[in-house]
Amino acid sequence: MTPAKAETLEWLVQRVTAAILAVCVVVHLAVIVIAVQGGVTAAEIVGRVAGSVPWLLFYSVFVIAVALHAPAGLRNILRETTNLGKRQTHWIMALVCGVILVMGFRAVIGLYGLEA
Amino acid sequence: MSEQTITVDIWRGREDGRFQTFEVPRMASQTVLDVVTYVQRNLDPGLSYRFACRVGVCGSCAMTVNGKPRWTCRTHVDKVAGDATGGRLKIQPLRNLPVIRDLAVDMAEFFEKWTQAKAHFVPTKTRDDDFQQVSPDDPQRKEATAGIECINCGVCYAGCDTVAGLASYLGPAALNRAWTLVNDVRDGGQADRLKAISGVGGCQSCHTQQTCFELCPKHLNPTAAIAGLKRATVKALIKGDL
Amino acid sequence: MSHRNHPVYWAFLVHRLSGLALLAFLPFHFYVLALAIEEAATLDKFLSWTEAPLVKLAETVLIIALAAHMTGGLRILAVEFLAWRDWQKSVVAVTGGLSVAAGLIFLLNAG
Repeated sequence: MTPAKAETLEWLVQRVTAAILAVCVVVHLAVIVIAVQGGVTAAEIVGRVAGSVPWLLFYSVFVIAVALHAPAGLRNILRETTNLGKRQTHWIMALVCGVILVMGFRAVIGLYGLEA
Repeated sequence: MSEQTITVDIWRGREDGRFQTFEVPRMASQTVLDVVTYVQRNLDPGLSYRFACRVGVCGSCAMTVNGKPRWTCRTHVDKVAGDATGGRLKIQPLRNLPVIRDLAVDMAEFFEKWTQAKAHFVPTKTRDDDFQQVSPDDPQRKEATAGIECINCGVCYAGCDTVAGLASYLGPAALNRAWTLVNDVRDGGQADRLKAISGVGGCQSCHTQQTCFELCPKHLNPTAAIAGLKRATVKALIKGDL
Repeated sequence: MSHRNHPVYWAFLVHRLSGLALLAFLPFHFYVLALAIEEAATLDKFLSWTEAPLVKLAETVLIIALAAHMTGGLRILAVEFLAWRDWQKSVVAVTGGLSVAAGLIFLLNAG
């Protein structure tokens, strides 16, 4: 891929995931405000998401969008404030993407699989 | 008024220089360029700076005045040396460009980026063709008109934090010029230009901080122009033209 | 430096810092959620810790950061994809107001 294609594609991915995340975050904030009333308990979280396919899908989209969105922003910061080379920057981006996917899906799938 | 003076700190030397302080008589309607010229003609003939037209057309006299890049010939002392600065003037060369000496910077890299951005007209017609008709009401013509009055002063380039952080970034002026050409129906260099303004240091690097828009002495809006380029590159990407 | 002293630049700074803060918080967030799978009691112990006033305050800051990054992101999308409007500074003010409001709503419901 030419640098022109790669930069444009990455910029587009960052924007498209931003639009998806905006919707996810609105829902997330609403859930937080509702859940926090009277204190959050493990049973409450498990009761809501365990075995629920809609919540599984929602949180899967949320995690994937974050995993694609965050490395792009981090790349800009690394480029503008450090002397790291292209290769090192790419490894850091891949690592951040991987960590978010693995940790995110461990939590999402784990909570879905629990007994309600 | 003529009895009063203003204290002026002027940068001397290259990057590793220092400030030198001068007292300059105040005059009515005095510009920052008038102050610098007074110093050079009356106090220190060795002071290096650059100017030509003195009326805001040529774009050669930009300097950093009290922390902000400005066109000095059209910047009144009254406007910039208020109470907030203790009535003093602090004049430095433009940021983001190598200092040649004192207040003169090397603009070569600024103009090289215009070339890199392919910000030049590529003709498609010959003298045998008829004139191209472009209506002043055409939306593309309006986009081009909005950005065409750039005087290449370098104020936006000096103010841009993305240029400061990313050396390869083409900068607001070159990209703004490229956008005027993207909107020129007579131009034949569109595909090459869109490739040139994408990639590392291209239009996607802009963070829409809008400092260029804030500072442009001609009130142009490079941020909006660069946004237009971003959309144009996405269209080209989808069509497979990038 | 005074060339940076304008609202849209502050908005950029908030966007960058909030993004970095959210990224740093994320692994911790996922780790705590994963606790629910292993041991619900451990999670409840942790959740009761979040009732402490200082932790509530930190959570409020995170909520504001999340809301600020989201509203700021929508602002950037509007600048880049919609026609230019001369309301830039007003939009920055609105995103700031909404973010603080989100923090206050959280704090009122958490109290």
